[in-house]
Formats: sequence, structure tokens, C-alpha cells
Amino acid sequence: MSQKTVIKAVRDAMLSEMRRDPDVFIMGEDIAHRGGVFLATDGFVGEFGEERVIDTPLAESSIAGIALGAAVNGKRPIAEIQFADFVWPAINQIVGETARVRYGTNGRKSAPLTVRVPYGGGVRGGLYHSQSIEVLFAHTPGLKVVAPATPYDAQGLLVSAIRDDDPVVFLEHKKTYRLVRGEVPDGDYSEPIGVADVKRQGGDITVITYGLMLHYVLQAAQALSEQDRVEALVMDLRTLRPLDRQSIAQAARHTGKVLLVQEDTPAVSVLSEVSAIIAEEAFYDLDAPVMRVGPPELPPMPFSPVQEAAFMPSPEKILAAMRKLAAT
Amino acid sequence: MPFEIEMPHVGESVTEAVIEKWLKQPGDQIEKYEPIVEVVTDKVAMEVPAPATGELTRIVAQEGDTVAMGAVIAEMDAEDAPAAAVPAEAGPEQVVEQPVQPVSTPTASADPPSGLRIADAGQVGSLISAANVGPTGGAFSDTSLGAEPSDSGPAGKDDVDKGDGAGFARLSPAVRRLLEEHNIEPAEVTGTGVGGRITRADVLAAVQQRESGSKPEAGNLQRPSAVRRMIAEHMSRSVREIPHAWSAVEVDMSGVVACRSANRSAVLEKHGINLTYLPFALAVTASALWANPLLNSSWQEDGILAHGEVNVGIAVAGSEGLAVPVIREADAKPVLRLAIELAEVVEKAREGKLSLEDVSGGTFTLNNTGALGSVWGGAIINHPQAAILTTEAIVKRPVALADDTVEVRPMMNICLSFDHRVIDGAEASAFLQDVKQGLEQVTADTELE
Repeated sequence: MSQKTVIKAVRDAMLSEMRRDPDVFIMGEDIAHRGGVFLATDGFVGEFGEERVIDTPLAESSIAGIALGAAVNGKRPIAEIQFADFVWPAINQIVGETARVRYGTNGRKSAPLTVRVPYGGGVRGGLYHSQSIEVLFAHTPGLKVVAPATPYDAQGLLVSAIRDDDPVVFLEHKKTYRLVRGEVPDGDYSEPIGVADVKRQGGDITVITYGLMLHYVLQAAQALSEQDRVEALVMDLRTLRPLDRQSIAQAARHTGKVLLVQEDTPAVSVLSEVSAIIAEEAFYDLDAPVMRVGPPELPPMPFSPVQEAAFMPSPEKILAAMRKLAAT
Repeated sequence: MPFEIEMPHVGESVTEAVIEKWLKQPGDQIEKYEPIVEVVTDKVAMEVPAPATGELTRIVAQEGDTVAMGAVIAEMDAEDAPAAAVPAEAGPEQVVEQPVQPVSTPTASADPPSGLRIADAGQVGSLISAANVGPTGGAFSDTSLGAEPSDSGPAGKDDVDKGDGAGFARLSPAVRRLLEEHNIEPAEVTGTGVGGRITRADVLAAVQQRESGSKPEAGNLQRPSAVRRMIAEHMSRSVREIPHAWSAVEVDMSGVVACRSANRSAVLEKHGINLTYLPFALAVTASALWANPLLNSSWQEDGILAHGEVNVGIAVAGSEGLAVPVIREADAKPVLRLAIELAEVVEKAREGKLSLEDVSGGTFTLNNTGALGSVWGGAIINHPQAAILTTEAIVKRPVALADDTVEVRPMMNICLSFDHRVIDGAEASAFLQDVKQGLEQVTADTELE
């Protein structure tokens, strides 16, 4: 075991997979000689050379399209989108093309491609460096969408994503990069895609979340336990597509009271689907309406620090909602 | 691999037990040592632990069945079948120590729901304070939050009841189902949720309360609990087999009352227990049993067995019915020691935590019916013992003394039921006189230790 940050875990996953498999290569903006804006690939070009660590033009559509072409021809590309806010030009290549390769070729071809997308706010990134874009990919059959929140999950799931024979959109919350530290096993290990896990056990209420919000929820759950003696079970989805229906239903049944916490705007979001799963699978065990905490329905994350704080869910807001649900 | 679960042997004198309640059903995953069934013997109720980890596949002995020790009660598919080590796994040692648990009802539990992946503590990750988290850094506190959180949708104010006495007007699906399952009317449940709403926890609490202390409804045939059935069988057998005879004397308790008053506060302070009259009665009774061994014996087909050891059972109203914890070698223990041991077993009986050890080996029974206000009683002998003594309420009465004066004295009746096959009136009276004199000899100055 070693202790590392999320960014180190991401970096180590790529490093080990590139050493293991010569078909793995990386492409993206400023990833080679600058080492990436978050330094995820710092030094990679020195070890693997410019043919496997490729600086691209500022052209997201090309990054995704070239990666797709390489993938269907036997490579295992990792395409880095510098910020999720810039992914829109690549949507056609990812949603319109990549997701359909297996179906469109009647199973003869697959696209073993990983698209790494740093996303999320609370970092004073304003309108162009803060967005949550997960639902666009999570809505798309043919894609797998992973959103880890801890170093352990980030490294283990990125290894699985790279080895997966189908396209995986790998969402990394920027704020967790250097904010969250945790244990990661040494050596080769991976975590299966599609399995939610319980990050905190409790019998009074169930909170389901993912990404940065996991850590805010855990803080709030700790305060709730100390101040109110109410114990929250906290489930981390980890994978947003396919959702782990069985674990979600089981966590909901365990307490009958569910709170969903998300940084993305709530309407038509990943957690809307989770709410539907709970209604379908656990209706007769529900003891309260499903509650949600999320930001207001605004187009972007605001830039002003005061407005950004008002927009983002916080441990305090989550704690207030937990109390309300527990008392219902 | 398939594996048979046997009723474990729990004690020498115990040959059979009644299945009270299955805690697991076929198809359930069970962990080794996890309780799977509640059984009741004529001594004690207990939970039987699973002998191995695996899946319960079939229940052989149904609830209410009487089963011999060692008989197969269920079948399971064990992950690692203990190689013929079942009796050892579930052997007497473990089981005897098993405290009696209250009847299990489904309650919200902090245990992990089975089948879910649980993250190890280290995998959860912790926050690094003052970490540079982005282009411009970020503060980790919410400056925007007022006193009220933003309204969170469907749990809004309009949906909850107003606490106007109609708190059960809207029932959640979970509550509705639980009420149906347990056949409970909403009006029977006290709601603790918003506006008096009945929560899932409220229903479960009501179920638990009903199962632990229910009053029979008029006209309804109530299925007796296994403990109740055991008591019924035991009492019937005693009356059927033992020709009971009765005798009683009255005792002047002036000295005991004075002695208790003199020591009460000191005992409370030093040992934390409330000194009652019972340890005095027990000490004197035990001495009298030692002096009158026929009272401390049993009628058997081949003769009268004198027990030797004086182990006195004390009848206590326990959480699940009558319980008779035993004070061993009571004749060799001073009053204070008896008081301490009594406090312990009475507490255990009330909490339903008596072990088989606590209730085995009694040779005579003392029943302090006086605590309930009774002044006379004809108790049923605790089969196969030879006699039972009740100490009745201490009542102040005018008493004519030897010098023909009249005084008000605290008087107590002691009533003996005895097996006339073993004991005649002469022995019974001799024993009662010994108890009477023993109690009347106590003075304020009598040493308790």
C-alpha cells in the first residue's frame, strides 16, 4: 500500500499500462512537452517518446476522431480532453461515432478507447473550467462512464478502462486531484467497472453520490453522527453507466430513506435515473420521498466566489438535508 | 457442500427443546456463529449459532416442534463444511454462555446490507487541508448558506401532515407494507416523524413492543410463546405427579426489619445494591435446609435422593415469563454475599439474559410473593424438588405477646408446599420452625458478612 493523491493515481495507472502494453498511447493538448495542464503525464514523453505521447492541436474533434481510428485498428489510445468544458466539439466523434462502433459493425469491430475528461467545479474556474458534463455521456448506450472520487478507485478503474474493449469516458474531478489522498495497493491491480460501493456504513438514512460530492457527503455524515447520532450509509456510484442497479436498490432498501447529492444540475441528470431505479426496485421499502441536493438550474458554474459557493452543494447544505430526511 | 444442522447438546439434564422462531429462512446466507434459530428448553431460551458459513437450504424442524438434542433441525450448503466437527463447533461451552436474547424483530440496523461492496477505510480517501485544488485554489466552507437549506423538492412542506391528530393519514410504502405484514392498525402506532408521521422505525418499535409485552385481547385465541408453553407443561407435570400438602407459620420480623434499616444505606453506598428482606430469608432458609435434608431432596422411582448441596432457586418475574435463577451453596454464604448474587441474577432475569448455567441445578425453591403484596400462598412445587417456600408480605399487626400485652409488630407468613411422598407434617413443621426461629433471632446488630 502507498498513500497518494488522485492525480498521482491517474498518472500511475497510465504509466503502468503504457509499460505493460505497447499498444497504449496518449494524445491531447499540451500533454507531452508540458506534461499536461494538471501534470498527469509529466515526463511521459521522455520515457515513451513522441510516437506514444502525442501533443495535438487545439482540436477536440480531431483528438477524439483520431483516437477512434486508432482504436478500431488495434491500438488502445488514451485521449485527454484538457477540460470537460472543451469536450463539445468532440461530442459527435464520441457519442455519434465511437459509441456505435460495436453495434454498427454487427460486433465485428470494437473501439477500446479511453477518453479522460477532467471535470467539475468549486475551483474558481468560472464558465469555462468548471462544468459537469457527465450526463451527456451517461445517457449514451455504447459508452461506459466512470467517475471515481478516491485515489484507490481512480487508479483501479483507469486500469480497467484502458483494458476495456469498449469505449470508456473517464471523468476525473479536478478538485479531487490534489485535495484527496488515500491508500492504493502497490503493483498491478484493477477495480471492476459497473460496481457501486459503500464508503460509509449506517442504518438510518442512505446517501448516494459520486465525484467530489462523496467527500462533502462523508464530512456531513460524520457531523450528523457526532451531533445527531444519526448514521448515514454513503454509497459512491463510481460508475455512471452502466449504473449498479442492484447495489443502488439494496442501499435504498436498507434504510428506506434516500438522499441524492450531486454537483451537476439535478434536472434530467444521472441521479434522476438513480431515483427512477429506486422507485422501480425499492418502492415498497421507501419510508420517505427521495430527496435531492444539487445546484440551482443555471447554465454555468458562476465565476464570482460568492456565487460559486451559493451554486455548489457544500457539507453544510448536505448536512441540513440529511437532518430533514432523518426527521421525516 | 450439503450439511446437516443439529440441535446442539446444551446441558446434561436437557434432552429436548422447542423451536421458538427461525431467524433465517431457506435461501438466506448465514455466517458461522450467526444465530439462526431461537429454541427454548425447560430451563432457558437461547439462540443456536450457525455451525458454518453458507446458505440455509431447508428447515426440517418447524416452529413449535419439540426436538431431541442432536436431531437434525435444518440443512445448509456450507462453504467450508466443518469436517464432522459440528457438535464441537456448536458445543456446550459456546451455547451455555450464549445469553438469552429478546425475541428478534426486524429493526433498522447499522450492519452492512449483504452483497454490497464495502470500501476499506483506506480506500475512502481523506481530504488534504489547504491543498491547491485548481487554477486559483478553493475555500472549503459554504459562505452562502443561511439558516434554511434550499427546498429539496418532493419532501416539501405541503406533503407532511400538520400534526392535527391525523398523523397517519399518509403512509409511506414501507410503513404500509410493514403494517400489513404485522397486522397492525396505524392508530396503534405512535408517529415520531414530521408532523406525527408514522415512520418505518415506529412500526418496528410497535412490533417489538407487542411481541415483548402483549395483553391478550378478549375473545382472541393467542398462541402461547414457547416459554409460556414450557411453564404450563412444567406446572401441570408437578401437580399431576406430586401429592402436594401445605403448611404455614407466621414470623415476627421486628429484628429483620431493624437489621435491614441499620444496614441499608451502608450497603447501597458500598455495593450499589438495594438491601431487601429476600437475602435474609434466603440465608435462614438455606441453613434450615441444611439442618432438614429431607426438604432438600427429590422423590424418584427408585428412592429418595438427598441432594447434599443446598442450591436455592429464586422465582423471578423475567422479561419473558417466570424464571428461576439458582443461588448455589446458599447455606455457606453470608447475607451480604447472597444480596449481591441475588441482585445480579434478578437483573439478568429481568433483561432476559440468564444463561443455562444460571438456572440449572436447583434443589429447593424460594418464592418471595410478598413483594407482590400476597399474604398467603399455596405454591406449586418446582418439579422434581420436594418443597417450595413462599415468603409473604410483611404486615404490621397487633400481636399478643407472651406477657399478655399487645404490641404492633411487623408480621410475615411463610408458606410451605411439600411433596407428601417425601415429607410428612412433622418434618415440614420442624423446617418451618427452624426458618421462623432463624428470622426472629436476627437483630439490628446481626453481622451481614
